[in-house]
Amino acid sequence: MTTTSLRLRAGLVSIVLLAAFLGVWHLAVRSTAPVATMSPEYAKLMGLTATQGKSAMPGPVDVAAKLWEHVRRPFYDNGPNDKGLGIQLGYSIARVGTGYLLAVLVAIPLGFLIGMSPLLSQALDPFIQLLKPISPLAWMPLALYTIKDSSISAIFVIFICSIWPMLLNTVFGVASVRKEWINVARTLEVGTIRRAFTVILPAAAPTILTGMRISIGIAWLVIVAAEMLVGGTGIGYFVWNEWNNLSITNVIIAILLIGIVGMLLDQILARFTRMVTFPE
Amino acid sequence: MSIFDNPFDPDRNLRAGCACGQHQSAAEHEQAIALRCDPVESEEKRYEGVVASAVMRAMFPQDAARRAFLKSVGASTALAALSQFFPLQTATEVFAQAGAPEKKDLKVGFIPITCATPIIMAAPLGFYAKHGLNVDVVKTAGWAVIRDKTINKEYDAAHMLAPMPLAISLGLGANAIPFAVPAIENINGQGIVLATKHKDKRDPKDWKGMKFAIPFDYSMHNYLLRYYLAEHGIDPDTDVQLRSVPPSEMVANLRADNIDGFLAPDNICQRAIYDGVGFMHLLSKEIWDGHPCCSFAASREFITTAPNSFAALTRAIVDATAYASKAENRKQIAEAIAPANYINAPVTVLEQVLTGTYADGLGGVKTDEKRVDFDPFPWQSFAVWMLTQMKRWGQIKGDVDYKAVAEQVYLATDTRKLMTEMGLAPPAGSYKSFAVMGKTFDPAKPEDYLAGFKIRKAS
Repeated sequence: MTTTSLRLRAGLVSIVLLAAFLGVWHLAVRSTAPVATMSPEYAKLMGLTATQGKSAMPGPVDVAAKLWEHVRRPFYDNGPNDKGLGIQLGYSIARVGTGYLLAVLVAIPLGFLIGMSPLLSQALDPFIQLLKPISPLAWMPLALYTIKDSSISAIFVIFICSIWPMLLNTVFGVASVRKEWINVARTLEVGTIRRAFTVILPAAAPTILTGMRISIGIAWLVIVAAEMLVGGTGIGYFVWNEWNNLSITNVIIAILLIGIVGMLLDQILARFTRMVTFPE
Repeated sequence: MSIFDNPFDPDRNLRAGCACGQHQSAAEHEQAIALRCDPVESEEKRYEGVVASAVMRAMFPQDAARRAFLKSVGASTALAALSQFFPLQTATEVFAQAGAPEKKDLKVGFIPITCATPIIMAAPLGFYAKHGLNVDVVKTAGWAVIRDKTINKEYDAAHMLAPMPLAISLGLGANAIPFAVPAIENINGQGIVLATKHKDKRDPKDWKGMKFAIPFDYSMHNYLLRYYLAEHGIDPDTDVQLRSVPPSEMVANLRADNIDGFLAPDNICQRAIYDGVGFMHLLSKEIWDGHPCCSFAASREFITTAPNSFAALTRAIVDATAYASKAENRKQIAEAIAPANYINAPVTVLEQVLTGTYADGLGGVKTDEKRVDFDPFPWQSFAVWMLTQMKRWGQIKGDVDYKAVAEQVYLATDTRKLMTEMGLAPPAGSYKSFAVMGKTFDPAKPEDYLAGFKIRKAS
């Protein structure tokens, strides 16, 4: 009873906050700056900001109208440099997916090995500590130079940025499996491989998935920046292309969509985490 | 004027140097007419002209005999007689097709500015298709990226700033990889824009301490701005700050007050005015009328592995450039390149740049039809000038063989041959002298020219 009423009240506050935000936004951009008088011939050559003192920032109504336009035809294709938002998001998600899956394939087995061997763990620690804090975009010039392909470079950047949280969490999860459980397995003469899969993996799974959840968030953050850099396709390219045209409306729409997709990706991983969590 | 005038015209001289007869030699004639592609009604007609000229020349080795023949029978009879025993039609078709391209599906990178007009418009207006190519023009985020993608062979050819192929070939800011320029994209087409708050500071002497943006270190924009400042006694290395900013970010930076002005390629200048954040201080044309701006570039490797594709590409670009050079086509071009797939800018802005009737940002409307112009010929003297400036500002250290580099990178000879085949009138020489802010540049004496500058980077 109390939880439903709390939820209701929280929802209400959310709506009020949103309305307040939109209202302030609308009012803030509505005001027009003073306009210098100009000849009609001159005015015809100028933009609305200059002729009507219209704010360079679009209002919520402009954004909504434009968003509706995009939603109505999300998959149009006007050539290599102008595709619908649906297609652009598809490219970005595909890139993130590829880089992320590669990272999963590398990070989890490697993390297992490191976690199970105190020797490897100590030997590799300095490298991991050194590589972990490097901004993924700093890899970009190096990747472009060595891989010589911009789309693979973008995937590589995703790979390199999403590998660390997963690796570290796997190592941590594997290393901190309760000793009693491993000892019980040993007493029962369970083989190493079987022990890894039936005892350690389920025990470490929640920690590993937490790492994966952190990684997907980072990967999605980075893809936008990477695509702005290499261009071509993807939501990051869309932002850049619209910035190029100084179309703030489209940039705001892209920001909104990036947020929504990021949230969905996070929710999916959160659901997986809940599936493997166990009460102790 | 063109070598494609009617070969059946008895008054026309097919072989001697000057076509119009008013000049002693072809070179003089070329100097007299502006460097400009002659308007030609249609491709087929032009090729027909080339073939017919060749046939007439072969039939009448003596020009006097040809003239006498034409005078006596009349042009139409001559043409009819000629086509009886020589398949002019077929010969023209064969000629126009040239060698089949080794690679038909090509990728060409561009930066979304009006300098790229010929490269871009060749796609929607069908110039690539006409030369048997299927070209994807791909928008690229910045000059460094376009350089890397072309070096990595993601692009077969690309839109580059005119000095970039020189810099890449010399290994400045990149590994030395031989690049070549078969065609200049545009001449003029840049401008110095200042923030509106500086509208009373029109004298460059008052610009000390200001921050300016240029698109790239190896750009005509950089060299022209430095030249302009230095001529007014401002040392561009110590008195002002020059920042390399991608064109697309310049207007936003100017609005945010991060910079005081920029020397940018158009449509960026006009966009700043359109959005009411700046005004046009000076067109780059006023610094050097007819200066090169951007180029069409490809690696030597591409040229050797796919010579026919490269030739077809060059023909398409030269064709598009010739089309763009005509004032009456400019409005149509502005509409063709404005959509999001290409430049992605308001049509009004592109029209102002291309037609030359523009708002100056101070309440006036100005007209300058040559604000941006298109002329494909890659003058080697342009390359020599850029090399002198690279040396002047410390980008090149030590000695440089100006002529050798210019001739290796700027393919004037090949382009001349190609243009002649296409029925255009390329200039006879590859070097010409020109004046930058009243100071004459002699391409034969680059070191002397360089020594004449008081302000330069101490080496």
